[in-house]
Amino acid sequence: MDQFTLNLLVVGATFALYIGIAIWARAGSTSEFYAAGRGVHPVLNGMATGADWMSAASFISMAGIIAFGGYDTSAYLMGWTGGYVLLAMLLAPYLRKFGKFTVPEFIGDRFYSQSARTVAVVCLIIASTTYVIGQMTGVGVAFSRFLGVTKESGLYIGAIIVVFYAVLGGMKGITYTQVAQYVVLIIAYTIPAIFISLNLTGNPIPALGLFSSTSIDVAGVTAGQPLLATLEQLVTELGFKSYLSQSDTTLNMFLFTVSLMIGTAGLPHVIVRFFTVPTVKDARSSAGWALVFIALLYLTAPAVAAMARLNLISTIYPNGTAEAALSYDARPEWVSNWETTGLLKFEDKNGDGLINYVGDKDANELTVNNDIMVLANPEIAQLPGWVIALVAAGGLAAALSTAAGLLMAIASAVSHDLIKSQINPNISEKGELMAARISMAVAIAVATWLGLNPPGFAAQTVALAFGLAAASIFPAILMGIFSKRVNNKGAVAGMLAGLIATVVYIFLHKGWFFVASTASFSDADPLLLSIKSTSFGAVGALINFVVAYLVSNATEEVPADVQELIESIRIPRGAGSAVDH
Amino acid sequence: MAQNSDNNAYWSANKRIIAISLVIWFVCSFGFGILLRPMLSGIGIGGTDLGFWFAQQGSIIVFLVLIFAYAWRMNKVDQDFGVDE
Repeated sequence: MDQFTLNLLVVGATFALYIGIAIWARAGSTSEFYAAGRGVHPVLNGMATGADWMSAASFISMAGIIAFGGYDTSAYLMGWTGGYVLLAMLLAPYLRKFGKFTVPEFIGDRFYSQSARTVAVVCLIIASTTYVIGQMTGVGVAFSRFLGVTKESGLYIGAIIVVFYAVLGGMKGITYTQVAQYVVLIIAYTIPAIFISLNLTGNPIPALGLFSSTSIDVAGVTAGQPLLATLEQLVTELGFKSYLSQSDTTLNMFLFTVSLMIGTAGLPHVIVRFFTVPTVKDARSSAGWALVFIALLYLTAPAVAAMARLNLISTIYPNGTAEAALSYDARPEWVSNWETTGLLKFEDKNGDGLINYVGDKDANELTVNNDIMVLANPEIAQLPGWVIALVAAGGLAAALSTAAGLLMAIASAVSHDLIKSQINPNISEKGELMAARISMAVAIAVATWLGLNPPGFAAQTVALAFGLAAASIFPAILMGIFSKRVNNKGAVAGMLAGLIATVVYIFLHKGWFFVASTASFSDADPLLLSIKSTSFGAVGALINFVVAYLVSNATEEVPADVQELIESIRIPRGAGSAVDH
Repeated sequence: MAQNSDNNAYWSANKRIIAISLVIWFVCSFGFGILLRPMLSGIGIGGTDLGFWFAQQGSIIVFLVLIFAYAWRMNKVDQDFGVDE
């Protein structure tokens, strides 16, 4: 059986499974569509949150970015896990006690203001749509490779599948489907990593293999040296930047980590998960279980990154960096496969017919898109065909599950928080579901269109979405719970200031509405100090806090009944089941 | 009124536990992983230094321990104050 048939078979089988589950659990009433009743066990909920959370950015993109960025990119690892500590302690238990369906609903009630609710909806839609663009980039990469088409065609095919599947089921379908997706994606991520780690270090656990010594000669470096030291030696010899030491500024790395962490805690599709656990107690442990399942991938990712880079170098310089590079005519099949997608390019600058892969930009002849590293990894390591097919299925599972969760969040914000609560309170249940489905379709169309020319690699685009959530939603919820002084005017002013500052900063660096030619600055030479657009969410959040505090102190106190609401969400007793609508 | 002061004491206890947890959270990620990495550069691990390990793996393990410790501790505090569900 050839690789293409095998890919189709494995990907097809996993899709049949997800769609089967979605049909089996088809949403009936609106409350099921949004929040799946409230009977989901913390461990299952944690697994589903894991799938929801680990998107194309984590699965397809992150290890590739680390493979080429080294230590500097550790922010992705710390940022995307550290946010769960904030969620578990600062947000989840109280929002579960509050006991309604959506994030804008909490903000609207706590700040006793329809405008606050509307601003929250706007923040949510902007952050989530940016996030979906990142997913579509990942879906495009995965489909283009395994169907052997250009990345544009891959993107269109992916978009059709995402729509079909998110519109079909609601949250409940998605919760059980996501458990299945988690299982597929974690197996797909770890199996190749185990093979590669065994091959390079003899250690079957990739996370430990990363800090072990090599058991074979790699690219002319003799066995028995620590793996990371071997990698460092090779990248330095080829003139690339160091893998182990810091090249980014400490300020940017710090702010980027802050931004990813508080963005994690502020993303509505993750928070909404904690509305679906039975008790406040479960909300705390659910965050822990989610992180357990996420950590399985995140502890493996840095190993995948370093080992993929090592295997890439040893493919091109099988006898060491001092010897001649691989000739283009003798290139392995995976190189020509990825050339078809346009994501890997070879340009014979000096006309010697060899693939010269070096740090010097003018002499380097091989351009590898970061986003292909994880998908190409099993091929580079010459693993069996079924492993390659499995990784394709895993990458698609990651992208689809997150895209579906985000579309749900957008749909509920539009239909529930905007149309039903403000525009037409008498809308029928059927009409509300219809509005939800239309808003999903619009969001995916916009994301696909923007995904054709994405503002960065999948994980970088997603990082922008985190910055937006960090600057707008996280501070509002946090102040809503921990402060009795922040009032409606403060919250609205804070959210708007944080959101606008961050959006403008991003657009200045990535182009207005992500049209690259309209950018006035670049991340290589940013407007403020060394703060890149992906890190600005932390500054936006600070602006939000300061503005909300100042405006609240200059205006009236929070009314007594809202103060009572704040008192009540702080105490677990009496959570009961949530108010139905 | 007694109910209110109990609730306030519960809330202060919660905030104290959160504060302690977040100090550990900060030191193990932003601290050891970024700001204090130069101070850990003498401690070697698998071809690199301890700061690199904290940045890429150690912090994640600490986060896990923190969340479960917080959940366990708060369940006890809930019971002590009689505010459990």
